[in-house]
Amino acid sequence: MTRYKALATAAGFAAMAALTAAHVEGQAPAKPAAPAAKRAIPRMPDGHPDLQGMYDLATLTPVERAAGTPLVMSDEQAAKLEQANAARKVSGDAPLDGNRAAPPVGGDGSAGPAGNVGGYNSFWIDAGSRFSVVEGQRRASIVIDPPEGRVPALTAAARGRFARNVRPTSDQSAREDDPGLEPAGAYDDPERRPLGERCLMGFGSTSGPPVLPNYFYNNLHQIVQTPDSVLILTEMVHDARVVRMNSEHAPKSIRKWMGDSIGRWEGDTLVVDTTNFTDKTRYRGSTQDLHIVERFTRVDAKTLLYRFTVEDPNTWEKPWTGEYPWTATSEQMYEYACHEGNYALGNILRGARLKETNDAKKTKQ
Amino acid sequence: MRKTLSGVFIAIVAAAGGALIATWATPLSGQAPAAYRAPRAADGHPDLNGIWQANTEANFDLEAHMARPAMALRAGPYGPVPAAAVLALGAVGSVPPGMGVVEGGPIPYKPEKLAIKKENQDKWLERDPEIKCYLPGVPRATYMPQPFQILQSQSAIFFAYQYAGAVRNIYLKDPGPAPIDSWMGQSVAKWEGDTLVVDASGFNDSTWFDRSGNFHSEQLKVVERYTRTGPDVISYEATMTDPETFTRPWKISLPLYRRIEKNAQIMDFKCVEFVEELLYGQYRKKPLTK
Repeated sequence: MTRYKALATAAGFAAMAALTAAHVEGQAPAKPAAPAAKRAIPRMPDGHPDLQGMYDLATLTPVERAAGTPLVMSDEQAAKLEQANAARKVSGDAPLDGNRAAPPVGGDGSAGPAGNVGGYNSFWIDAGSRFSVVEGQRRASIVIDPPEGRVPALTAAARGRFARNVRPTSDQSAREDDPGLEPAGAYDDPERRPLGERCLMGFGSTSGPPVLPNYFYNNLHQIVQTPDSVLILTEMVHDARVVRMNSEHAPKSIRKWMGDSIGRWEGDTLVVDTTNFTDKTRYRGSTQDLHIVERFTRVDAKTLLYRFTVEDPNTWEKPWTGEYPWTATSEQMYEYACHEGNYALGNILRGARLKETNDAKKTKQ
Repeated sequence: MRKTLSGVFIAIVAAAGGALIATWATPLSGQAPAAYRAPRAADGHPDLNGIWQANTEANFDLEAHMARPAMALRAGPYGPVPAAAVLALGAVGSVPPGMGVVEGGPIPYKPEKLAIKKENQDKWLERDPEIKCYLPGVPRATYMPQPFQILQSQSAIFFAYQYAGAVRNIYLKDPGPAPIDSWMGQSVAKWEGDTLVVDASGFNDSTWFDRSGNFHSEQLKVVERYTRTGPDVISYEATMTDPETFTRPWKISLPLYRRIEKNAQIMDFKCVEFVEELLYGQYRKKPLTK
């Protein structure tokens, strides 16, 4: 893999250099717009900013931050947390003691996959190593509005839905799938399993919208841009969202897992409006009336600023907004064929049936 | 003056007629007729952007075939009839006839591989990866009966298929051999004149070419050629090389048509959800009645 990685890196840097040179020099924007029009950013032949590239969205900055803490972290605070994270990674990567005792039956009871009967070790996990930086500030949360950095309170209707069990949702992450932590009936049918486990969408709202870091692995996203369409490809489950430029939304009868996305340029910012979600997507438990507005702005040759506003009057008392940078990477994206190798879903259900059979036998005895 | 004009007129008619004849004679030769010059992208290459779809029976069977009662058949007293598993579909489950897209006769299987193809056909319901909503591979993705979108910019080419949400990033710089086999392979493109030539390799052996059991090994390499031959037509060719399965390279050719509807777009076809009952229904707490 090392050779390929080196090759990929070299090709990536070359491409980046070529892009920068080609577009910074002499490409006059087609139409005058925005104060940033003269900023030295890569541009398309039509003058709009060139948003294309491969981006790694992994970050330590969480969606929400602890109540009462500021949006901006001090450099010292960030460095301390980043070092602690790196140390955990080093200890996680250390060889295991060959003479260690067997884990307790059923796992050690801690939260997370490894706390049960074993899951990924740290080698497989690529959850980010740095806090996101926006305008020179190290950010403690992605949510910037409400200013306290917390997703607004749920409406009474949403609380009612949640009480009745609305799982599974597009943001539910693998770490929450621990056996024993799920409600009764969670293993009765494939439709009761999380969308990620069913290979319908990645977990953690990685495909979005809103597109979020999944804090686990496979955080690459690719943008391909033409005058009519902007493609946002999510590595996990190879989810491709095609934004139709200067178009109208599909009729309300047409529902899409990632919603129906239409785009327009506001100066140098690509604004993407998404509606028409399915009633099965349910980002953070929202309904099919979810409405997302995303704003993509190129900050420099290596960075996009991604800002999004989330609105669903059936779910939150008010709209809320988050932002974080998308950082270009020279990594290659490989195929994420999830469903094709999904032995887990069948075995999870089969295991539940086997357990029921065994439990019934024990009861008889 | 008048004479000159009519002379020019005749010349134009002759040229157009010649081009027309050339078009008829070699509709799929992969070379753009001299008369047609495709609109250009900003970098001067032909603009392949758009939503395209094959209009062919190739996904049923790449080779020339007559109509059949069903994909899955069983012996009847007077010839084959639909197998029990697909009987309820009636005429909807039958196979439309096609003249085939393979150039120069049948697919050149090695004898022992032809036997596997026939076995695949007999066990179609169990074996066709399309039934399980698996990624279609190349070139099958191209002629699935659903549209796909080509996104082409000065620095990227990308194919987004509606079927199963399959995707292919087409590298414009060769990243070297694919480090791992995959369903959709690794694709590297170059322009040969006005033709986009895509070298696809790094495949696993799990995809098929059609619903008739035509298959390949992980040695498969596919060279595709995309040439615009009209405002709404791409001439598509794919040459398959797989020395483990075939005695020689073989080629298919078919036109791709633009979806010219104003509201044409790639929609959701996440068939993973549609096959859960098939794949996992037996593991429900309360299996549905058969």
